[in-house]
Amino acid sequence: MAMTDPASGAASTASGAAARTGWLRDVFELALVIRTFEERLEQLFAANLIRGSIHLGIGQEAVAVGTRFAAGPGDLVVPTYRGHAWALAWGMTPEQAFGEVLGRQDGCNLGRGGSKHLGSAQLGILPGNAIVAAGLPIACGTALTAKLNGSGRVTIAPFGDGATNQGAFHEALNLAAIWDLPVVFVCENNLYSEMTPIRQMVRVSSLALRSESYGIPNVSVDGMDALAVQEVMGQAIGRAAAGGGPTFVEAFTYRFCGHMPGDTQSYRTREEVATWRERDPVRLLAGRLAAEGVTAQHIEESVRRVTDRVTAAERAALDAPAPSAATIGLGAEPYLTSTR
Amino acid sequence: MTATALQVSDLTYREALRHALAGELERDPDVLLLGEDIGAYGGIYKVTDGLRQRFGPHRVLDTPISESGFVGAAIGAAMTGKRPVVELMFMDFSLVAADQLLNQAAKMRYLSGDQWQVPLTVRTQQGVGAGTAAQHSQCLEALFMHVPGFAVALPAFPADAKGLLSTAIRMDSPALVIEHKALYGQRGPVPDQAFEIPFGQANVVRRGSDVTLVSYSRSVHTCLDAARALAADGISAEVIDLRTLVPLDLTTVLESVTRTQRLAVVHEAHRNCGPGAEIAARVMEQAWDILRAPVHRVCGLDIPVPYAEPLEAAWLPGAEDVRRAAHKLMDNRPGERGGRDDVHT
Repeated sequence: MAMTDPASGAASTASGAAARTGWLRDVFELALVIRTFEERLEQLFAANLIRGSIHLGIGQEAVAVGTRFAAGPGDLVVPTYRGHAWALAWGMTPEQAFGEVLGRQDGCNLGRGGSKHLGSAQLGILPGNAIVAAGLPIACGTALTAKLNGSGRVTIAPFGDGATNQGAFHEALNLAAIWDLPVVFVCENNLYSEMTPIRQMVRVSSLALRSESYGIPNVSVDGMDALAVQEVMGQAIGRAAAGGGPTFVEAFTYRFCGHMPGDTQSYRTREEVATWRERDPVRLLAGRLAAEGVTAQHIEESVRRVTDRVTAAERAALDAPAPSAATIGLGAEPYLTSTR
Repeated sequence: MTATALQVSDLTYREALRHALAGELERDPDVLLLGEDIGAYGGIYKVTDGLRQRFGPHRVLDTPISESGFVGAAIGAAMTGKRPVVELMFMDFSLVAADQLLNQAAKMRYLSGDQWQVPLTVRTQQGVGAGTAAQHSQCLEALFMHVPGFAVALPAFPADAKGLLSTAIRMDSPALVIEHKALYGQRGPVPDQAFEIPFGQANVVRRGSDVTLVSYSRSVHTCLDAARALAADGISAEVIDLRTLVPLDLTTVLESVTRTQRLAVVHEAHRNCGPGAEIAARVMEQAWDILRAPVHRVCGLDIPVPYAEPLEAAWLPGAEDVRRAAHKLMDNRPGERGGRDDVHT
């Protein structure tokens, strides 16, 4: 899966331009798959078909999408509970993702984890973590393995702005720094630490500044622009893979939806949401396609293809059976007689 | 441990643990050690002494004082093919890393639908008697019995320390090996070659017919002292060393209780919701009609561990407490109100 921009040099040939357009369409369609998937989850939740809660990232798609198109095939991701975008970006099928969120037996975790814990050992997606910042030390460990093995695999560790106030965040940054670990910390700064403005919860003007106290370089990026994210992440991942150690990337983004269903969003104004919606990352990508000369009709075809794909997956998951109660013990620790 | 051990050396508990670590480091290139001051310094109890020099800094990693950070890193390494062995300097510090241990390591395999394994071993030490007070003495094994996910071993003898630690490192699931700070200098015969002791197999360390004393870790030695005193009193006590609490070998306990019809559980952990409560409940569930007296618990008090010597000695369950419990059992009497267990009420 070579996902990097084929025209990131300067391809002025006709075939280069076509490849570039095809690549851009892939980027757009991935963002649209994620958007459509999460909008369906909103409806499924409203229809009482999803248990517990869900944490959507509608509006934040460009961070995961841009990162996926910068990462190599063996690179790992350690997502958070707001992790649908990361799982889908890393190759999880919408069927597996819908199946898990709906608690079906063929969900990615066989229905044992639900929305917060989407993951796949095969695809290098660690289980989404429902404890804020807890995935960051674990990401240091996957990076430690890569470093000791000399595999060149890079770990991507996304987290929200609120996570920068957890002890585990600081411990992880320090570990990654002293061991020069191949990990990229990606702060999805959506301005809200759940339901509280992050600016009320920190004194520093920039979260990226926090990395400097650990000796980790940082870079900020427009997190609504998948291509900008792709470029910045490409540099950070390349640096990590080459043994240059960790980077802190702060991507400024925004979630158009609440932290969870039922969130009254009293902490922000409608005007603020509307302003950010003007920079909708999926629409921005559609605009890029148009600027490359892709016709409205072709963009509509992409939309239809994605809609059909997600609809088919949703239907398959809704029709799939729930796990049998008889399988409740599957995967339970410890398998005490299992030794190497 | 097999009875066919070829070569046996007289080792301390500390040396036996070091032999297990060195053996596994040698045997499996994916085994790593991580912890505070374990490398160049050799660990505060010197269990890892010399291992960094012998195996190199990429196998034996000194960590910052960041329990949550390095336990988490060990989990990530374990999930991607390494077999990390973490040293937590004191059991009390497991609470600093409680999220990584109990929310993360203990749950990864299950919540992922059996996709990820966490072959992580955590070594730590605990125990009362050295004047280490309330935050460096706690016996917290019950927390790891309560939350499913960790196999838990508490060796009482050098050979068990080596065999159980080797098994823990080779296990594909999270394992917690809890050493006792008062046992590091204890000597005993230990097979020279590598060997495993399966988890979930208790050891009857003294045969008896009148009363069963069930214990683990240093309290096994307390029970053996009590059993010798009881023999002089004309009471024959059987002493069982559980060796692991998860899984729990109830079969051996029930077999013994079927013969003696009397049971006391002895441990340093607090009594309230301690391992003894679980063992007593399970014996009641499966053998209530056999018992001739209520199950007794001889445990650490339900107050923080005090510092000053007479206070600490009063806190710690001793051989005399066990002996008294055995006499009550022989008289078919329950534990008394106002006795040791109610000292603070």
